[in-house]
Amino acid sequence: MSGVESTPGQTARVLHPEVIGSRFEGARDAEGSPLVHAEGTSKPIRARTPHEPQPRGARDRGNLPVDQVEAAERFIAATEHEKAHDERLWDMRLRRDRAAHALPEWEDMRALASQIKEHALTHLDSYLCQFEAAAKANGVVVHWAADAAEHNRIVHRLLTDRGVKTLIKSKSMLTDECGFRAYMAGMGIEVIETDLGERIQQLDHEEPAHVVGPAIHKTREDVAEVFARNLGSDPNDTDIPHLASVQREATRPFILKAEAGMTGCNFAVAETGTVVVCTSEGNADLSANTPPLHIASIGIEKIIPRFEHLAVFLRLLARNAIGTPMTQYTSHFRAPRAGAEMHFVIVDNGRSERLGMKDFWTSLKCIRCGACMNTCPVYRRSGGLSYGATYSGPIGIILDPTLNRKKYSSLPFSSTLNGSCTNVCPVKINIHEQIFAWRKVMSEEHRLPVVKSEMMKVLGYVLSRPALYRAALAAADEALRLLPHFVLADPLNTWTSKGRDMPAAPPQTFHAWWREHRPQSRGHP
Amino acid sequence: MRVGLFIPCYMDAFEPEVGIATLELLERLGCSVEYPVDQTCCGQPMTNTGCHKEAAGTEALFVKNFIGYDYIVAPSGSCVHQVRVNMTAIEQTPEVRALRERTFELTEFLHDILDVREFPWARFPHKIGLHYNCNSLRGINLASPTEIKTACFSKPRTLLEKVPGVEFVEPARWDECCGFGGTFSVFEPAVSVKMGQDKVSDHSRAGAEYIVSADSSCLLHQKGCARHMGNPIKFMHIARILNGAVA
Repeated sequence: MSGVESTPGQTARVLHPEVIGSRFEGARDAEGSPLVHAEGTSKPIRARTPHEPQPRGARDRGNLPVDQVEAAERFIAATEHEKAHDERLWDMRLRRDRAAHALPEWEDMRALASQIKEHALTHLDSYLCQFEAAAKANGVVVHWAADAAEHNRIVHRLLTDRGVKTLIKSKSMLTDECGFRAYMAGMGIEVIETDLGERIQQLDHEEPAHVVGPAIHKTREDVAEVFARNLGSDPNDTDIPHLASVQREATRPFILKAEAGMTGCNFAVAETGTVVVCTSEGNADLSANTPPLHIASIGIEKIIPRFEHLAVFLRLLARNAIGTPMTQYTSHFRAPRAGAEMHFVIVDNGRSERLGMKDFWTSLKCIRCGACMNTCPVYRRSGGLSYGATYSGPIGIILDPTLNRKKYSSLPFSSTLNGSCTNVCPVKINIHEQIFAWRKVMSEEHRLPVVKSEMMKVLGYVLSRPALYRAALAAADEALRLLPHFVLADPLNTWTSKGRDMPAAPPQTFHAWWREHRPQSRGHP
Repeated sequence: MRVGLFIPCYMDAFEPEVGIATLELLERLGCSVEYPVDQTCCGQPMTNTGCHKEAAGTEALFVKNFIGYDYIVAPSGSCVHQVRVNMTAIEQTPEVRALRERTFELTEFLHDILDVREFPWARFPHKIGLHYNCNSLRGINLASPTEIKTACFSKPRTLLEKVPGVEFVEPARWDECCGFGGTFSVFEPAVSVKMGQDKVSDHSRAGAEYIVSADSSCLLHQKGCARHMGNPIKFMHIARILNGAVA
């Protein structure tokens, strides 16, 4: 062995060394040198062959609560996908740590970003008006949409008024939230996603699984299969540059022929009327600047007061999301090109109501970096689609219930409340505390499954009555005394059903030991 | 110094030896320790499930049992986190607030209040991997977590460094959650067990003979996962090592 390359996994301490590919598998330039951008510095990970079918997300139950637990179990059963997914996202978390901890001012920047956002959100009315006035002065047409339906109607009218048949767009969580693609499909307008991951998801009829990497749950074999099915490429060619070029070749003609382009918005600067969009692929520029019409969809919480505030957020965003100093492309859209039109659609869709919720309004600070997903041990082992919602992972758990209280009532329980999400959040949202608070809301609104709420009533009753509690423990046979009370009361016996043994029984409780060894004790001060 | 010993419900039921070790250790260090016999639980199972109203009776009982002590000490950071941060279902009188503030997890009590510098009775010549309960780590700050850019510290490790023979191993993801999560372990068993298996494997690969923690709840879960996997790794609560357990 030359010593240059060791066996995969020996060089790094990882949980799943078997999925770590050769380090020469990473992205390379034409001369064969490793690329230094985000993808180039990521750890090469590949699931082992033979190809394991991709696990799908939460089953559609209409407006019934999402069964994230069931979907997560299927994801874990797809062992190759689960390992690759876990290792990929953990690698992003580690790269985030390296980038963040390299800046002495990191924690100060998080505090500053949080303060700017809280200031903007508590003065949102005036900043939105300032943004609108500045945008109008720049020659931009500004529209206001109260909800998803109005957003879709406004965009649809803009397109039909101009005879648009094909729309290209860059990635936007807001348009996903609005069900935009499905709406446009119903109206006979072709929508082409230009972001590689989002396009993969569009072709595979899936929602984005992650706010930054929409197709991060897929292996390269899955992508090759999707492209073979939709674009006619070789299903066995899983080379990543090849797959990227397949998508590029297939999408470029649409970019050239589309009559309209759409982008989302990462930051809307009130004082200048600027929309800033961050991408890794430059596809926002292509979408906005090629066709004669650019429409940007903007959530009202995207407002930041001043241009100089961008410096704080741009330094935080890419470092926290993918571990690089900047996104590859940071595009500023301020005014229409000569002979072209620019429209901003400013969308509420429940945000004003959220702003009025004492325990949850700070979730509007979110800048969609995805770091809480990357660090979440539940998300990494469940996949984003298991949440059955536009927003997944920790931030999704606290956003989704504001959009549909009943459907997403189960999501706050898909967390161990470990708090890592809160610690990585670049705008200091107390995510895990809000998950905890949502559980209280769901309980008070009687949205807990009956088995759960009844179990808690019994527990609360017994645990507040010492004599009854001791009698219950004494009456339980040895096997039942082994486990905590919430396990004792578990009618499904889930403790042992999924690969976990019961420990051996101790001869007596501590309580009994104390009674025996300290009989003189008064038991009070 | 009169210390009220709080032994969490699960520890009372299946790990009494940790309670005994905690009691003996505090007494060796000069504390006058009482175990109020009418204690049951901190209320966390209900509160963490969102059922605060159902936790109120248990919280009131906790206060009734522990109101008179100088300090309340528990060998469980998770339960102490519940008391100190989330015990809000009952009326917050000045007495209740004061009681919550003087409730301590064992290692922080030894480190911050008693300032223990040596454990002459202890010796543990083994390779250990330290596991931190997430409420202990990120809720009551027993150590600095990896996400935050701050000075590194660990109260449990600082104490264990004073025990001759202890050799620390470094798992790849030392502060990742093990998947216990209280009722999460019951209601989301597949993810919980996978996380537990990953945690055990990580410590094994790092060369640990023992997974050591200041929280028995995580260890109970991990032990169940390890035994099912056929992994012979051993588990021990930090109180037993500090009190001189040999193996």
